[in-house]
Amino acid sequence: MVKTDLSNLLSGELLDEDVALTLGELSRVCRVPAERILELVDEGVIEPLGRNPVQWVFQGVSVRRVRCAQRLQRDLGVNSAGAALALDLLEELERLRVRLNLLD
Amino acid sequence: MEYKDYYNIMGVKRDADQDEVKRAYRKLARKYHPDVSKEPDAEARFKEVGEAYEVLKDPKKRAAYDQLGAHLKSGQEFRPPPDWNQGFEFQDGGFTGGGAAQFSDFFESLFGGGGLGGRYTRKEFHARGEDVYARVSIDLEDAYHGAARSLTLKATEVGPDGRPQVKERTLNVRIPKGVRQGQHIRLAKQGGAGFGQGEPGDLYLEVEFQPHPFYRVEGRDVYLNLPVAPWEAALGATVKAPTPTGAVDLKIPPHSAAGRKLRLSGRGIPARETGDLYVVLQIELPKADNDRAIAAYRDFANACKFNPRAHLGV
Repeated sequence: MVKTDLSNLLSGELLDEDVALTLGELSRVCRVPAERILELVDEGVIEPLGRNPVQWVFQGVSVRRVRCAQRLQRDLGVNSAGAALALDLLEELERLRVRLNLLD
Repeated sequence: MEYKDYYNIMGVKRDADQDEVKRAYRKLARKYHPDVSKEPDAEARFKEVGEAYEVLKDPKKRAAYDQLGAHLKSGQEFRPPPDWNQGFEFQDGGFTGGGAAQFSDFFESLFGGGGLGGRYTRKEFHARGEDVYARVSIDLEDAYHGAARSLTLKATEVGPDGRPQVKERTLNVRIPKGVRQGQHIRLAKQGGAGFGQGEPGDLYLEVEFQPHPFYRVEGRDVYLNLPVAPWEAALGATVKAPTPTGAVDLKIPPHSAAGRKLRLSGRGIPARETGDLYVVLQIELPKADNDRAIAAYRDFANACKFNPRAHLGV
């Protein structure tokens, strides 16, 4: 491994379930309009806690899902429902690959 | 600069109509999309296809590209002839999409605005830099203890002459304890440089675990297949088992079947809710490779009256 200089070590923010984002924060971090987030919530791509958009709290992992859905829509021309399906299948595929790796 | 054969990249004939070009693009984009594909060169292929499509989907750019000649081959040394783009409307610049910074020198020299006699000025132009993605590969043990990683990123930046140039920079990044496969670490303002007074974009690091020879990770839980001898499984035993934090003595209960899962609570990936380590028993048979072992297997058979295929009805 490359020798790491500890004097200028950067610490980032780990986007896990301990990170809670409001609708506004999620939309700023992902750089998408809030309407787009609402659309993805409707498709079940991301699942906020809380009753209505004002109270919604999103987990940090939502950032990855929103951004991936954005890329799939932009690059492949799929709609929100298609992106949601693709995301679910990709995650399933990833789980199966992990298992397969261990069997090989 | 190398000529790029956009038709060859897209796998279409030079006389393909716009619908064929679009279909070819969609198919290749699905195949090589970095979020979808696991092929090692997926990202490079995806960019190449995107660049080809950027030109071929636009009849004006395509016509300008076509008149460079059909005799050229990808990789061939190439200089655009002067005034090659005379009479094509895109000449005024400012027409390439937001992702243009990733395109090749070949693309930039033809369609990249900066090479077109400076007709457009970026004087008043400010924009936030692009967000940058990178993968960082760590060992499972790093998720237990935290680590530091040094990464070298290549970024395309607009140089003083208005042309993109590739710059390398090295970052030392802390990998926090408790990180899991596929999670993102966001480093604010460490992405692409902004234009004008625009601030830099963010850097997203996707954490990837190196495949481990014997641990498998699912979320914050870790799985280990542990081989045991038939008598250890049948009679019970205390055996040594490795864990990412060091070997432990593990009690195998008597009458354990193959596939039995033993949970070592709190020995998964540490987090606010720490994961568990699951030890899955695998029964390994000793070889019947000497007289005593053969005799022991015969005694075993006589003693057990065991039909492993009873549930198959035979």
